[in-house]
Amino acid sequence: MQHCDLAIIGAGPAGMAAAAEAAQQGLSVILLDEQNRPGGQIYRDVDRAGGSRGAILGQEYLHGASLTAGLGQSGVSHLSGAVVWAIEDGFRISFTRHGRAGQVEAERIILATGALERPMPVPGWTLPGVMTAGAAQILLKQSGVLPRRAVLAGSGPLLYLIAAQMVRAGTPPLALVETQTAASPLAAARHLPGALRGWRYLAKGLKMLAEIKRAGVPRYTGATEIAVAGSTGAEAVTFRSKGQAHSIACDTVLLHHGVVPNTQAARSINVPHVWSEVQQCFVPETGKWGETGRDGVLIAGDGAGISGAMAAEYAGRIAALKAAEELGRITAQERDRLAAPLFSRRSRETAVRPFLDAAYPPYAGAVRPADSTIVCRCEEVTAGDIRSYARLGCLGPNQAKAFGRAGMGPCQGRYCGLTVTALLAEANGQTPDETGYYRIRPPIKPVTLGELAAMEDPSANAAE
Amino acid sequence: MEADYAVIGGGVVGLSVAWGLLRRGKRVTVLDGDDGAFRASRGNFGLVWVQSKGTKQPRYASWSQQSAAAWAGFAAELEDGTGRSVGLQQNGGYDLHFSEETLYATVAQYDALKEKLGGNYPYEVLGRNALSREEPHIGPKVAGAILHHQDGHANPLRLLFSLAEDVRRLGGKVLNGKTVTGVSKPDVFKVQCSDGTVVTAGKVVLSAGLGAMELGPKLGFKAPVRPQRGQVLITEKLPKLINRPSLIARQVDEGGIQIGATNEEVGLDDSVTQPGLSGLAAEAIAAYPALARAQLVRSWGALRILSPDGLPIYQESPGMPGAYLVTCHSGITLAAAHALFLPDWLEGTAAAPDLEVFSEDRFPVS
Amino acid sequence: MKTDSPFLELADDAPRVRVWFDGLPLDLPAGANLAAALLAAGVQVFRHTPVSGAPRAPFCMMGACFDCLVETGGRVQQACMLEVEEGMKIARPHEAEANDAAL
Repeated sequence: MQHCDLAIIGAGPAGMAAAAEAAQQGLSVILLDEQNRPGGQIYRDVDRAGGSRGAILGQEYLHGASLTAGLGQSGVSHLSGAVVWAIEDGFRISFTRHGRAGQVEAERIILATGALERPMPVPGWTLPGVMTAGAAQILLKQSGVLPRRAVLAGSGPLLYLIAAQMVRAGTPPLALVETQTAASPLAAARHLPGALRGWRYLAKGLKMLAEIKRAGVPRYTGATEIAVAGSTGAEAVTFRSKGQAHSIACDTVLLHHGVVPNTQAARSINVPHVWSEVQQCFVPETGKWGETGRDGVLIAGDGAGISGAMAAEYAGRIAALKAAEELGRITAQERDRLAAPLFSRRSRETAVRPFLDAAYPPYAGAVRPADSTIVCRCEEVTAGDIRSYARLGCLGPNQAKAFGRAGMGPCQGRYCGLTVTALLAEANGQTPDETGYYRIRPPIKPVTLGELAAMEDPSANAAE
Repeated sequence: MEADYAVIGGGVVGLSVAWGLLRRGKRVTVLDGDDGAFRASRGNFGLVWVQSKGTKQPRYASWSQQSAAAWAGFAAELEDGTGRSVGLQQNGGYDLHFSEETLYATVAQYDALKEKLGGNYPYEVLGRNALSREEPHIGPKVAGAILHHQDGHANPLRLLFSLAEDVRRLGGKVLNGKTVTGVSKPDVFKVQCSDGTVVTAGKVVLSAGLGAMELGPKLGFKAPVRPQRGQVLITEKLPKLINRPSLIARQVDEGGIQIGATNEEVGLDDSVTQPGLSGLAAEAIAAYPALARAQLVRSWGALRILSPDGLPIYQESPGMPGAYLVTCHSGITLAAAHALFLPDWLEGTAAAPDLEVFSEDRFPVS
Repeated sequence: MKTDSPFLELADDAPRVRVWFDGLPLDLPAGANLAAALLAAGVQVFRHTPVSGAPRAPFCMMGACFDCLVETGGRVQQACMLEVEEGMKIARPHEAEANDAAL
């Protein structure tokens, strides 16, 4: 078993920045990440995306290369392709890498597990051809693959980003179906004092909107009753906008109405979480350094609450300084001195968030879906099923899980947890905090029995 | 008085008793805990099991047999009520052995028990070849198995779900999210909850699992139960791989292979541990080598409710007559008995089963 | 098959290697993300659910949703977490005859 001062889970901006900063302060660092190359989702495969792909994706994406470069320094051991499936006291982290189980031991942990797309259960969202907007981004970043005939549906700046990138790549989307009511909250935002500090983001957003408009991509706002039609795959998106029913034929539907923290790892070690009314999701309770209710566990980046890639980078370094101070490598004074500029840069980055959260709220039709809509993709449990469990006395998602299997599939509730909590909370007249969330247990990602058994008896994996 | 019975505990044990009382026309209120409570009903292995039980106390064996025999009728009635199957299969089950030595030592125990039961203990020994014919995926390390024809399994979560639904359909009142803080009996029973709720009833059944540790003494019971952790694994859904269940693994009706279970004395800690998972995985692969490539998708730790001798406790409170302690660690196997036979014992009818050996008299005063 | 794909591939100079999906030969870029390469090659159904048999295909592309599960190397794995390797035999989970040997 390898031993280190600090284990970091996730090699996105927060994890990469934390690794570099911690190593700088003299900590031995193991950075575990399930992808084969660093970058996380935001800078996915940034080291390989040169030439035309880089031009489509833009400068902000290419900034990620400065972070991947930081992993080369001594003191950082980057375990790529390492899928973490258990974190236990000690801390002992179990993972799968290249078909074998391994473990590392660490004095401190920084969870930098980033974000997941907010689940957007609409009728037909399980059909082949329906993907998250983030998935389309990943296809482009990592593989240079773009959908030819796509409709983008939902709300939020990421929709504009992927639409603009598709325009640049020569395959503009067939339409943007937006659920927020105003045509452009971004344009109005320049008048808001808080948002002014995040002006750079707003300017970028407006530029993207202009690009989309120039390409002649139709935009519909205030969309309701969004559904995907098709039998064995997506064939069309149907919705209502401004009193009119619409149907747009397409091959691909990209859904997005915001991102939420990926809390699986934090929850698996019982880090306390709390409902964020502003972000409409659960977030781990963290202090300004990223410290949590569990000693020795820090959380940095979007996993602690959505703030974006630049804020994540600063948060990663801040958490690393805290770990270095706790382990006696730097004094509290040094920590504070080094962190001061990071705190102020981070608060500039996050200034625009409250405005964005308010301007692009989650699509109500997917927060509380109609009875017949599947909410648990893995076990094919519908919203109506969940409501019926509430009528049978389910006050929280764990009893609902026992009654109807929602959250029991391989995704372990990642794409149904928030919906199930929302449905039960509404049905029982409770708050999301009162309703609670799934109890997350290892394995937080599936692992083969052979790999598990080999940790007990190395001959058991002979079937490999 | 709002109910004939207040049942404290809305797990499989409490709901089975409540269901049985309701179908006899009793008015029943069930008090159930919250979403995060320790709930053995959500974590158990799902066997409807006879073999290996009661080798030291034949009445436990025969009580389990009575329940197993009544299970099909119980399941059918629940299905009629809810329109949903509870996945009962009673085609026998195995005790798998990795050495002939342990196999025949167990057979000797079963022979002795069989005699005490008057011959009603239908099992056979399957050697390697016979077992391979029954279970083509069995591994070479398995020396043989005892096939007991009274064994089987069900879907324990659907049992819980169906009971929760059918108890309501039969007119039972179920109060969820309750923490019972005390029970008094000025004239009728008053069950008090932390939120101020008070339920009045003619009788009280304490079937709160580990909750009996705290509540039992308040009602005049010794309630010497303790938690014992069992870690359980379940794989991705797979094509048919295992025909009959065993204590090591069973294939559930949804397709996943359930693997169990550890026996750990760790107090109220219900967490999952890597050594626990690895040990169970290794044993399951030794039994069924093809499982090496199966993905583990979930695991959990659940707390068994164990009495000092592992047997159920059925006891009327000496200090508070009309209050009954009903607790066991085999709530699935005994569900049919609790639903169909226990009401006679609670009501004191002539048909009451003889549960004398399960009284608290067997435990010393602590 | 490629011309039928709902996906466009930007020019890529990676050498192509032969793999099989559901028994059909496909030439995919070596080292590419398997899920992306299969989508670009026109594969539209990656699996059928064990619950209802409904068709599924990649949804999140980041290892979270498990809708891109395929069977390869005797195991059911997420295609979006794998890279294209020469000679891979890929099947929908528990569907192909080739799976008999696996489980």
